[in-house]
Amino acid sequence: MTHNVYIYIFAMAAVTYLVRVLPLTLIRGEIKNRTIRSFLYYVPYVTLAVMTFPAIVEATGSPISGWAALLVGAALAWSGQSLFVVSVAACASVFVLELFLY
Amino acid sequence: MLHNNLNAAQFRRGLRDGVPIGLGYFAVAFTLGIAAKNAGFTAGQATLTSFLINASAGEFAGFTLIAAGASYLEVAVMELIANARYLLMSCSLSQKLPPETPLRHRLLVAFDLTDEIFAISVVRPGALNPWYTYGAVTVALPGWSLGTCLGVVMGNVLPARLVCALSVGLYGMFLAIIVPPARQSRIVAGVVLASMAASFAVSRIHWFDGISSGMKIILLTLVIAGAAAVLFPVQEGAAGTQSGQEGGATQ
Repeated sequence: MTHNVYIYIFAMAAVTYLVRVLPLTLIRGEIKNRTIRSFLYYVPYVTLAVMTFPAIVEATGSPISGWAALLVGAALAWSGQSLFVVSVAACASVFVLELFLY
Repeated sequence: MLHNNLNAAQFRRGLRDGVPIGLGYFAVAFTLGIAAKNAGFTAGQATLTSFLINASAGEFAGFTLIAAGASYLEVAVMELIANARYLLMSCSLSQKLPPETPLRHRLLVAFDLTDEIFAISVVRPGALNPWYTYGAVTVALPGWSLGTCLGVVMGNVLPARLVCALSVGLYGMFLAIIVPPARQSRIVAGVVLASMAASFAVSRIHWFDGISSGMKIILLTLVIAGAAAVLFPVQEGAAGTQSGQEGGATQ
């Protein structure tokens, strides 16, 4: 059976948009429940931390450069550097380190 | 008039904060374009997909299934699983928008609710002005779509060394978002460290191998954020102003 690429695209886009739009449109007011509010407060930190580690260590050519990106990025973020600086420094540390590794 | 100026200022701020996201997206999407090409997509089709969906894990998973000749339903279910974490982010962001925010803004903000756009939007001080998000999307979405397009067209032209280095760019951005609040609050620091440790454990224990990476993110988020909410409930008033702490992160 041959598939139509545009139906694939439509199916993916429709499902993805529904997932993104339903809570934002259905939850109108402020949630009063303290536990739910606390849960939603922690969600971004947990999700981003889970996605960052150990993925960052495994994303590069060698765990050494991945760890370097993690440590350099975390140190610069700790000192209050901007998104852009932290991001570029993490990439640069991988690039420079891998020049020596390979 | 004042209102318009305010929106314009927020939009410009969003544009600025969106630049690193757009650059990171461009690099990541480049490799996504290669996956799209393998699934038989033309450059135009791949670009359309990235413009409409803008979800790395979801698109990667989709292209992989399509390349294997999966049914429309299978692909749709895969998207649901790979992108279900956006349900949580959307819930979280619903608390960040002023309650009187009209429906059209809610529909638009949701359109490009990615990990990164969510992250910078949710840490804005006070309530979120949708125009801030639109500013960031204005740079980020073209970066994502064009990167995908070039990935299809140019294949493996970029040196592998460079692609490899660029692949940590988005993680660097995540660090810039979660580390400064962790410095401010021991509880957030503990939650971040516990999340990383749990994520590492789940990636190493073979019992979890059958679960997709998107589902792992959801389960870990539910369990850890749920436990943190019960053990360390946020002080009243603090949940809405969580970003007051992070001024330094996005200067």
